[in-house]
Order: sequence, then C-alpha cells, then structure tokens
Amino acid sequence: MSFATPVQTVTHLERLESEAIHILREVAGQCANPALLFSGGKDSVCLLRLAEKAFRPGRFPFPLLHIDTGHNYDEVIAFRDYRSAELGVRLIVRSLEDSIAQGKVVLRHPLQSRNPFQSVTLLDAIQEFGFDACIGGARRDEEKARAKERIFSFRDEFGQWDPKNQRAELWDLYNARTHPGENIRAFPISNWTELDVWQYIQAEDLELPSIYFAHQRKIVRRNGSLVPVTHLTPAKVGETIEELSVRFRTVGDITCTAPVASVARTVAEIILETATTELTERGATRLDDQTSEAAMEQRKKEGYF
Amino acid sequence: MSDRFTSTRQLNAATSSAPLAKAADDGLGPMEKEAPPASHAMQPTARSPQPAPYEDTGLLRFLTCGSVDDGKSTLIGRLLFDSKAILADALQAIERSSKKRGLDTIDLSLLTDGLQAEREQGITIDVAYRYFSTGTRKYILADAPGHEQFTRNMVTAASTADLAIILIDARKGVLTQTRRHSALANLLGIRHLVVAVNKMDLVDWSQGRYEDIARDYLAFAAKVGIQEVRFVPISALHGDQIVERRAHLDWYQGPTLLEILESTRLEEELDDAPCRFPVQLVSRPRTAEHPDYRAYLGRVESGSIAVGDEIAVLPSGARSRVAALHLGGKFLAQARQGQSVALQLTDELDISRGDLIAKVMDAPRSVKELSATLAWLAEAPHLPGRSYVLRHGTREVRARIAAVHGRLDMESLDLRPATGLAMNDITGATLNLQSPLPVDAYEQVRATGSFILIDELTNATVAAGLIRGSAPSTGRARP
Repeated sequence: MSFATPVQTVTHLERLESEAIHILREVAGQCANPALLFSGGKDSVCLLRLAEKAFRPGRFPFPLLHIDTGHNYDEVIAFRDYRSAELGVRLIVRSLEDSIAQGKVVLRHPLQSRNPFQSVTLLDAIQEFGFDACIGGARRDEEKARAKERIFSFRDEFGQWDPKNQRAELWDLYNARTHPGENIRAFPISNWTELDVWQYIQAEDLELPSIYFAHQRKIVRRNGSLVPVTHLTPAKVGETIEELSVRFRTVGDITCTAPVASVARTVAEIILETATTELTERGATRLDDQTSEAAMEQRKKEGYF
Repeated sequence: MSDRFTSTRQLNAATSSAPLAKAADDGLGPMEKEAPPASHAMQPTARSPQPAPYEDTGLLRFLTCGSVDDGKSTLIGRLLFDSKAILADALQAIERSSKKRGLDTIDLSLLTDGLQAEREQGITIDVAYRYFSTGTRKYILADAPGHEQFTRNMVTAASTADLAIILIDARKGVLTQTRRHSALANLLGIRHLVVAVNKMDLVDWSQGRYEDIARDYLAFAAKVGIQEVRFVPISALHGDQIVERRAHLDWYQGPTLLEILESTRLEEELDDAPCRFPVQLVSRPRTAEHPDYRAYLGRVESGSIAVGDEIAVLPSGARSRVAALHLGGKFLAQARQGQSVALQLTDELDISRGDLIAKVMDAPRSVKELSATLAWLAEAPHLPGRSYVLRHGTREVRARIAAVHGRLDMESLDLRPATGLAMNDITGATLNLQSPLPVDAYEQVRATGSFILIDELTNATVAAGLIRGSAPSTGRARP
C-alpha cells in the first residue's frame, strides 16, 4: 500500500469512479444475490477493477457471469478466463449453444448474429442461480434507449424492461427492491463515455485483450464497415479481401462486431484517436444496431443487458 | 448536415486538448507542438493547487429547462455539436429521420427523443442524459421534457444537478412556464441558476429587450427567494454567446454560456459544509492477511473528513476517531464530498449499514417526526393512513404521512389547500417515523435532507421528500 498526498481537486474521473463504487456498494447492500456480468470486454474490465476497489482489501461479494454466444474472439475468451483466475473469483459461464441445443433459441441461419439471443440464456442463468441483480457495463452514451435507462433498472418476472414505467430515480437514492423472480440490472458506469473508459484504463493501467490494439487483420469493406474475414463472416462473392491495420473499439459476437482502421498500439494512442473520432462507438463497429432506430430498445424490452 | 451547424467546430480542438497534453507526457512527440486552443472559452478559470498532467476541473451536472419553442433542443444540439459530442454518424441518423418525416432541416429534438414509444406518440416521456466534455471539464446534461409528467421529470433531473439553465424566448419574456421552472429548480436546491435569453436574433439583438427581461425576472426571483441568478443573451440558432462571442451582442461584456459552465464552482469546493458519511456496508474480510480488519464503506456525501477527526455515529450517538481512510489500497489523509472511501475508526463500535457517521462538532439532530416538502411521483394517489418505507441515505424506516398541508399551484405558484396527494403534486407534509432518523434541512445538506418513499406492495418509488428546516420558510414557492 502506498501513501498519497492529500486530495486537492476531485477530477472528473475520480468523481465517476466514486459514483460507480457507490453504486456497486449499493447493489451489495440492497441485493441478496447479485452477479457481475464479465465478458472480457473493455467496459466490463473497468467494472471489475471498480468492484475490486470498492471492496478491497475484502473480496467483492458476487460471482462473475458471462453469457457466451460461442461466437466470441478467442483472445477475449482467453483473457476472460485469465483475468478471473488471476483474481481468484468464481466465473459462471452459460452458453448460448446450450440454449440452441435445448430448442429455446432457433436460428434462421447458422451464421446469423447471436447477439439478440443472449437474453434467453441470460434469463435462464438468472433463474438457475436466483440472481436478484445483474451488474452490467452499459453506458448511457452508447445508444438512445440507454440514455433514458435508470442506473438501477427494474426488470419484471419475464426479464422485460418497460421504458414507460421506470422507477423514479432521484438523488443517489436507488431502489433495488424486487419480488421473487424479478430482477434489477445495475449500471455503475452509466455516466461514463468511451473516452472516460479509456482514460480510466490508462489511469489504472488495466490489461485488455490484444484485439483492442492495432493489429493486422484480413477484412472486407461492406456497407461502410470493415468486416473481419473469419470462419463465421466469410467474404462474399465479389468482395476484395484486404489486410489492414485495425483495432476493435467494442468487442462482442464476431458476426456483429467490426473493427476500425487504426495504428494505435497503446492506450495513450487510442485515447488520442477516441478524442478525435468522427464516428460513434456503436455506429462504427456494430453491424446489428444500424438496422433499426429502435433495435436496442426492442432487445432491452426482451430482456437484453 | 444543416447549414446552421457548419459555422464552427471550435470546441473540437479543445475536446482533445486534455488527452493531447497527456499523450505528450507519454512521449508522443508529434503532438507536443499542438498549440492550446485559442478560444477564450477554454481558459480554465478554476484554480488548480498542484500542477496536473492536464487541467481537470471536475464534473458539472446541469439541466436545461424550457420547451421546444424556446429553442431548448437547438441549444442542446449546439452544445453537443460544438463540443463534438454528436458524431458524424449520429448526425446522419438524425438527418435520415428528419428526411423520413419530410423535414427540410435537421430536427435536433430527434436526438433527445430516444424511445420508440416516444416517437410513435410524438412526445418525450423521460429524462435523457447527454454527455460532453471541453477537455477541462466533463458535463452531464439532464434533459427534462417540458410537457408530459412535467413535475416528476423536472424534479428527477434537478435532484442531481448543480446548475440549471432557464431558457427564455426573447420575444416572449418571462412566462408562467419560466416561473414554474425557476421555482422548481430553486425548490430542489440548485445553487446556480443561469437565465439564457434566447432568440436574440429575432429581437434585433436589442440590449433594451434583454435588460427588460432581466429586470422582470429579478422581480420574480426576489418574490420566491431565489438568491443568485446570472443572465446571458444568446442565439442558440446562430451560436452567439454560447461558445463564441460575436459582434451582434458587443454590448454584452459578461461571460459566454460555456464560460459560465466552465467557471461554476462545484459542490465539493464548499469546504465548510458539515460532514455526512452514510455507511453502505461493513467490511470484515476475516482473511489470514487481515484477521481483525474492520472498515466502513461509504461515500462522503457532504463536507470532508480527515484522519484524527472526532466522529459520532447516528442515531446511536456512539463516538470515536477516524483512524484511516483509504480506497483501493491507497491511503488518504482526507476525503471530500463525492469521494467513495473505506473508513476505519480507532474503536470497535457496533455500526451497520444505514448508520450515519458525522463529525461531533456538527452532527445532525435525530427526529421521529419530519416536516417535508413532498413531490408525489406515482400514478396512484396517496391513501391516507398507509405506511411506506422511507429511504434516507442508506437507512430505511417505516413512515406514515400524518398530515398534508398546502399544495403548490403550478400555474400561480401560490399555496392552495391540499385535499390529498396525486401525481405531480408538490405539497407540504408531516411524516411520522417508526424510529429516529438523523436529518438535515435540504437547504443545508442535500444528501441528508432528502428521502424517497417506497410502496412496499409494488416496490415502486412513490414520492420524493425534501426535509424542511426547523424555521419554516416563508417563501411563496416553498409549501
């Protein structure tokens, strides 16, 4: 442990950190059986560090939960396992493949994006373990529906979010009360932006999966996005495969996450790019959200994160 | 892209100035010669006692009050656009939607109408939060819709705001709506009110018109007890006096709207506020490394606390001293308002979640009866005699509304006799508590002067409460 000089000014990052820690402690104080959603992605990496800091030198009082679509990048899954083993915390993985095998998810096409179907597996996991709260790394700046979601977001017994009937949330007085079967989704970094996340990664010197940094990758250009050429997302007839220096701004299901052209190899370089980018995080990188103005709202109503 | 937004992206350079400076420290050579942005608006006015890698003057939360007609959406769009918080693809999406609706220009209100349900009905149903940064200060903007469930939304948005921008249409002057917004902002204890007189372009940039409006507003402000207010003439459409100065308003010598935001003193800088530390959790790891470790986890909600301070635990009244303060393995000599920490005491006391730690010298009083202003948020009205769970800080007690006094009439801002409590009502009330609660007047300490009421059957948050001081306020707008 090191001694710091007395705090003079509270920086914006310290304010955001304090708020997130306050929220994590409220979840632990109000909920009997919470879980922290950890995918190995950058937002949940921040969430994990915040949970560590909130309860140190004790352990944080909840397991990690990951809903694995089976279509994730190997680097991210390896990082997920490495990071949770390093912390010595319990990691629960529930797989979308199982939901497909059980017939609860039916894909129209084998290479279809599995992202929206995570809700089914998530709701099953919530029921299996009796979680009354799931802590997620969603941010309000990501998407229009999220801009209006509460920090403590209530889901009914069907896991549904009702945007027209949200609980009033005033001051920092969060209401996490639920009846059996109902669920709270808590979002400690609601008020963070993509830039805040990168600044926090820098301040805390956090490790990330390698695909967040610039690397050479085979891609094709499709509808204004760079689509990685993988076994799940092969090049279509007539498309030209290029090899580019790219990085991922957001990491999810392979079928719906696109990289951006970049030569940023360090967090500092990524911060520079983030501060000067012309495209939003989801707009540049999510192949699924562009389809409809209300795509996210619809998925959230169905129980999505 | 709309023409009206092509004039300047001056803030863009400023947005990236913070990370640029930081990157220079990291040895990224090419960026080192990047000159600081020339904009006067970007000169940080807050003091920084120690040299930092880059100046970070913290986080300001504010809300905008006004209807679409006042140019609220345009102002928000202007702030977000000039600070580069609206990125190209988001703007394109709005442009697409605008075209789909047969509009010639970009309708920036589409940016704030987030939900499908809202678009279907053409209304805004909830507070939306927006983010932008100038490179020195980060902003969280709560955008409360002006029509539907107005009181409920505005009270929610105002509860976490440090500053409110009240928009006035220069052609219309001070309206009922202006008075209503101002009264609620004042009621919710927002310390910094900024009246932005918008659409100055439509009154020929008239200084006389601006001064008339300011005079009218000040007369009203004095009547309802608003103590501090600042005025700025603007044109959100043309961008005058928001980020940039223009010749049109050369008679105005005061700060631009952004300069006001940049230089507003933050809550945590008010050092003389009493210390309030609600205990969220008790940490007892009981590990080999920390067999007897015990700490209280929480956030300093008001004032500051330092190692060695003599403290009282409420409501029990037990006393001790602060032995250590730390966060994430880092020890602190002092923690200030807004900081989450772990706090250790010199004595082993019986403390649990819900207790409040304060300094002995300015500990709050504990009460079993509360006098409060209630904002009723639930669709179902209050049923007399019904008991609720009252959450105050981290503590919950059972409470009953013993009496409802006057109701604030939102049209006249007069007190009217209250017959009950229904949605969007703001009333005075007396509450009986099952057990003692250490409270402050909301005016003095927001965190320990506020509470919510929860219906135990539905678990819904049905009301927000602001605790009144022992000396009843006489202001008209304070029922």
